[in-house]
Amino acid sequence: MILKLDHIYKDYIQGKMVVPVLKDVSLHVEEGEYVAIMGPSGSGKSTLMNIVGCLDRPTSGTYELAGENVLGRDDKAMAYIRLNNLGFVFQNFQLLPKQTALDNVCLPLVYAGVKKKERIKRASDALRLVGLEDRMYFKPTQLSGGQKQRVAIARAMVNRPKILLADEPTGALDSKSSTQLMELFDELNQNGVTIIMITHAPEIAAYAKRIVDIFDGEISERDAYTDASGKEGSS
Amino acid sequence: MFENIRLAFQGIWSHKMRSFLTMLGIIIGIAAIIAIVSTIKGTNDAIKNNLVGSGNNTVDIKISHGGYDYTIDSYSGAPWGIPVVSQETKDEILALDEVENVTTYSSRYGSEGVYYKNTGVDSISILGIDTSYFDTCNYVLKSGRGFSEEDYKLFRKVLIADQVAATNLFADENPLGKTVEISGVPFTVIGLVEERSKFQPEISSIDDYYTYYSSDNTGVLYMPKATWPIVYAYDEPENVVVKATSTDEMTKAGQKAANILNATVTNSDYKYKAADLLGKAGKLQELSNATNMQLVWIAGISLLVGGIGVMNIMLVSVTERTSEIGLKKAIGARKSTILGQFLTEAAVLTSLGGLLGVGAGVGAAQVIHRISDVAVAISVPAAVIAVVFSMFIGIIFGFLPSIQAANLDPIEALRRE
Repeated sequence: MILKLDHIYKDYIQGKMVVPVLKDVSLHVEEGEYVAIMGPSGSGKSTLMNIVGCLDRPTSGTYELAGENVLGRDDKAMAYIRLNNLGFVFQNFQLLPKQTALDNVCLPLVYAGVKKKERIKRASDALRLVGLEDRMYFKPTQLSGGQKQRVAIARAMVNRPKILLADEPTGALDSKSSTQLMELFDELNQNGVTIIMITHAPEIAAYAKRIVDIFDGEISERDAYTDASGKEGSS
Repeated sequence: MFENIRLAFQGIWSHKMRSFLTMLGIIIGIAAIIAIVSTIKGTNDAIKNNLVGSGNNTVDIKISHGGYDYTIDSYSGAPWGIPVVSQETKDEILALDEVENVTTYSSRYGSEGVYYKNTGVDSISILGIDTSYFDTCNYVLKSGRGFSEEDYKLFRKVLIADQVAATNLFADENPLGKTVEISGVPFTVIGLVEERSKFQPEISSIDDYYTYYSSDNTGVLYMPKATWPIVYAYDEPENVVVKATSTDEMTKAGQKAANILNATVTNSDYKYKAADLLGKAGKLQELSNATNMQLVWIAGISLLVGGIGVMNIMLVSVTERTSEIGLKKAIGARKSTILGQFLTEAAVLTSLGGLLGVGAGVGAAQVIHRISDVAVAISVPAAVIAVVFSMFIGIIFGFLPSIQAANLDPIEALRRE
């Protein structure tokens, strides 16, 4: 089991009030799974994603990633886990605007201490994988939304993480680009990458092999192969 | 590290105007300091040149009595216990590493009884010199002839005059071949000497004028040492001049030679003392440094203000780049990585400011030189220190913003658009 969250509680303190955001959330993900987490805004899906992504710590509960307990580690260790085990894709791409696609993809390798020559080789390979080998030296402003998101995916995958975390990856894309992106996700998943994706769009969630609904801080499993686009419309 | 520097330059370049304005405080501060230091150094060099002279490197070693130069006059006669400097002593001095040449002379000042055509002159020096005097003290023959071996062997009563003495004695007449009476003994003037490179002091005030020119208006008449006893005494104490191998060795050469000479003196009231021009120059330089250092402090305040400006802009920059920082942390950058990135950026920014400041300072020094005639000299170590120092300013004042960047919560940071 690559991901094992048990009895996760997360409270936020707003003034004098304690606001529970996650209530007894347990989520187990096997290696190679493709999971979509669906829920309206305010449902706690982003908080869950941040905890899974080692960006945030739960108030209580346990979290094992690849068999290792990650809670209680210091910031440095968390950064190390993010660097080597997790790849992030965001709704608004989060590319460095002044840097070329290649430099953007190189960034995690810089933090991993990879030598420059090797960096460029691996980053070019990653860009080739997402079909942008002819856009390597373009800056984000010269790329379309779909291309930008593919650069972000190349960046997320360049350190060969076990898990790809995508937070509304198609949120800023048109339907054609969205479809292409989902095809890319399928391809990555077929190559053994575990994907956890947050979305509120049922047609995007339909690409996943397993759908988890989150509502008001509690989650419920749903069989992905039944009607995904039926209930729970967009927010 | 290298990557950080590259990124820092990219950042600076992409915000040219803002970077320049940020650097401006540093540029002005460093420029002011460089300009001040340049004038300090220029003044110091001028003081050294004025006191020590250029290219001569001779040190006078004179007999002193109770701390003052002792001058012999005909009433008191020569003191006991100071032997004539022997050839052995001279050789010993000449063997010193710092000494290039050595010469000895006897002297009288303001001599009574120097007459030409029954007209007497006062304030004139008479020197009995050995064969190496002109060479050591950098005099060259202007007209006539110098002293020959014969002059010494035969105790010839011949004189060589310098220009001032010649003018004082003979006015417009040609001095060569004229007869001058010294204490009733007739001498023939055979030559005229002048200094090889006339030392030109830099005069920037009336005080300088008195310091450098007032002592210059006494003429000198030279006679062979061998002839000296015809007029004066044969066993008079002698003064010594050593020529040092370099200007910096002058103090050492003078002291060592004085020590050798003092070993021969048996009268404890008298001592050979080397004129320490370098030391004197040093004292004057200290004085001018002390006043100018206050200016450096004032310029330092401008650096402080510049540093605060850098901190300010860096703080703005951190806020502006929140999402970039958040992203970097999300994809695995550690706190120390972010800290390093921002510190490097601040350091590169201020180092660049320092470099520009040095350039501006050198320019300003030239302008000061043109306008006010103050001597300036560019100090390379000062320039290097200035750049390194401005780098440290960047690191110090960049620290707070960098810590703030490093401590950003990535979730917060990513949420902001």
